[in-house]
Amino acid sequence: MTETIPKPNSYRTGPDDRGHFGAYGGRYVAETLMPLVLDLEREYRAAKEDPAFRAQFDDLLEHYVGRPSPLYYAERLTDHVRESAPAGKGAQIWFKRDELNHTGAHKINNCVGQILLAMRMGKTRIIAETGAGQHGVATATVAARFGLPCVIYMGARDMERQAPNVFRMKLLGAEVIGVESGARTLKDAMNEALRDWVANVHDTFYIIGTAAGPHPYPELVRDFQSVIGTEAKAQMQARTGRLPDLLVAAIGGGSNAIGLFHPFLDDPDVKMLGVEAAGQGLEKKHAASLAGGAPGILHGNKTYLLQDEDGQIAEAHSISAGLDYPGIGPEHSWLKDSGRVDYVSCTDEEALTAFQLLCKTEGIIPALEPAHAIAKVIEAAREMDEDKIVLANLCGRGDKDIFTVADALGVAI
Amino acid sequence: MTRLSAAFAKQHPALVCFITAGDGDTAANLDALVAGGADVIELGMPFTDPMADGPAIQAANLRSLAKGTTTADILAIATGFRQRHPDVPLILMGYANPMVRRGPEWFADAASNAGVDGVICVDLAPEEDIDLGPALREQGISPIRLATPTTDAARLPMVLDGASGFLYYVSVAGVTGKQQATGGSIDEAVARLKAATDLPVAVGFGIRTPDQAADVARVADGVVVGSAIVELIAEHGSDAPAKVQDYVASLSQAVQNARKASA
Repeated sequence: MTETIPKPNSYRTGPDDRGHFGAYGGRYVAETLMPLVLDLEREYRAAKEDPAFRAQFDDLLEHYVGRPSPLYYAERLTDHVRESAPAGKGAQIWFKRDELNHTGAHKINNCVGQILLAMRMGKTRIIAETGAGQHGVATATVAARFGLPCVIYMGARDMERQAPNVFRMKLLGAEVIGVESGARTLKDAMNEALRDWVANVHDTFYIIGTAAGPHPYPELVRDFQSVIGTEAKAQMQARTGRLPDLLVAAIGGGSNAIGLFHPFLDDPDVKMLGVEAAGQGLEKKHAASLAGGAPGILHGNKTYLLQDEDGQIAEAHSISAGLDYPGIGPEHSWLKDSGRVDYVSCTDEEALTAFQLLCKTEGIIPALEPAHAIAKVIEAAREMDEDKIVLANLCGRGDKDIFTVADALGVAI
Repeated sequence: MTRLSAAFAKQHPALVCFITAGDGDTAANLDALVAGGADVIELGMPFTDPMADGPAIQAANLRSLAKGTTTADILAIATGFRQRHPDVPLILMGYANPMVRRGPEWFADAASNAGVDGVICVDLAPEEDIDLGPALREQGISPIRLATPTTDAARLPMVLDGASGFLYYVSVAGVTGKQQATGGSIDEAVARLKAATDLPVAVGFGIRTPDQAADVARVADGVVVGSAIVELIAEHGSDAPAKVQDYVASLSQAVQNARKASA
């Protein structure tokens, strides 16, 4: 791609009325689903204008999810970085603590919004896909909270890697269906959820877990997750009287990142860094669709995908089940091409090192997903002046990952 | 008259048969479909993520890809078919990503050179037609659209706008395979569609037996059978062509006699 994209007046107006972010997004679904996707868009527009919907969403976020999540200055991690930084370097590191939400990750923000939409539309059955299990747990949670039956599709390989979350979902009353096709991970779970949806459109609402899929999902997931960035902006202003200099977030599909970034997109002094999973390395098996992929069409949207020259989708790899997906939300594809957000990638090994460092310096066990972001926060902060501020989204807690980490470190527990 | 319109202008409803390219001996199975009496051929382009397909066609996709089937192989299969069967319409059916990977113009040009008459792209909604439709039409290839039980009267004009060849009515809200629609619902839907378009209406999804094919043939211009043939290929391997031909002949007979018997 050599053509230059003209700089827009605002980065916050997308998508257009056909659901496109520049060349990306759209509605690439089977005809059976199109009328439902159009209904969902109409209902979402109505809900956005309805103060009662907003009030119910805000009330649940405050009293059920536990928002606002804290904004935390990671003093010991900052000191640690400064020890090895050149004189005068080593930016302040701050975290948006979305791992303290009910269910332990940012995923619940979106699930609360979508289940309210489902009920508005009169749907009586909930389905979802899950990778790490965080979205599955969050979906099962809201389904239990509102008394709706819930089926979660999960790759059989992910079920092995994330057994505690499988049990959590079952405790919450969800039926968890293991998916044996393909690499038995998130992409395959999404295929199976789409097959369920197409066969049960009359009564079923599909709660998509990331800011991807057919329009209007990327938009509505972003809007529900934007509570992260909106809170962070106000909190940072209140605490420091200024905006952060750099935002950092991990990206699988990209919902926690777009939730943090979107409210800041028109603040030109705030730089942003999205961190994809480089797995075993970009030349080996990885999950970095922006770094190693090309635009294509999958799961309802046009976006960067890991694929071969014939358009067959490649298997992704990451130690983090939540990042193990060969695509990315379409708004990120557009933000990459437009140059507004920088995207880098982080290997399994780098993420494991950052995971352990955060445990020891801050007493926080992060999920493996934000551990990817933390690895890059440390690198970036080391290069920045001491008076600069880096804000990272700590989008999930690591309780679910301790078995994977122990295994990777060769520890028997 | 195009090959497709000629197939739908015969004295009997058209039998449309689907197999997945690269699964089994595709050339021999395609010849068996024609020998058995198929009027239109749908050649499935395998994809790693066949979201709209049930277990039988999913497995065929993965078997084909596991053997290393490429887009070039699929086009070569189509080219060979066109040389052996100059008059039988051939449609490529599949998912958007493999079709647009090298650009829609590349695909339309290659398909045209291979003698392809129509393309069904399962996950390309009419709203996104620009990604493929104009390039196909430019090459004289029919973009064949799908209508489903959820396609209501308000939406139908959108589906028909730019459609050609025939209209494919997906008779159940679901994936390909064994789930069946009830007879009455098909009659009603076909009547509704035919009132809205001059295109022939073919009905598919869940049709497996000659009796079912005959039931559909009484009301529709075409009957589509896929999963049942794909299952025969999976089950019989190198012996599949003879089995496929016999099975298709039984369907063809049922379709050809459907309207005589129902007098």
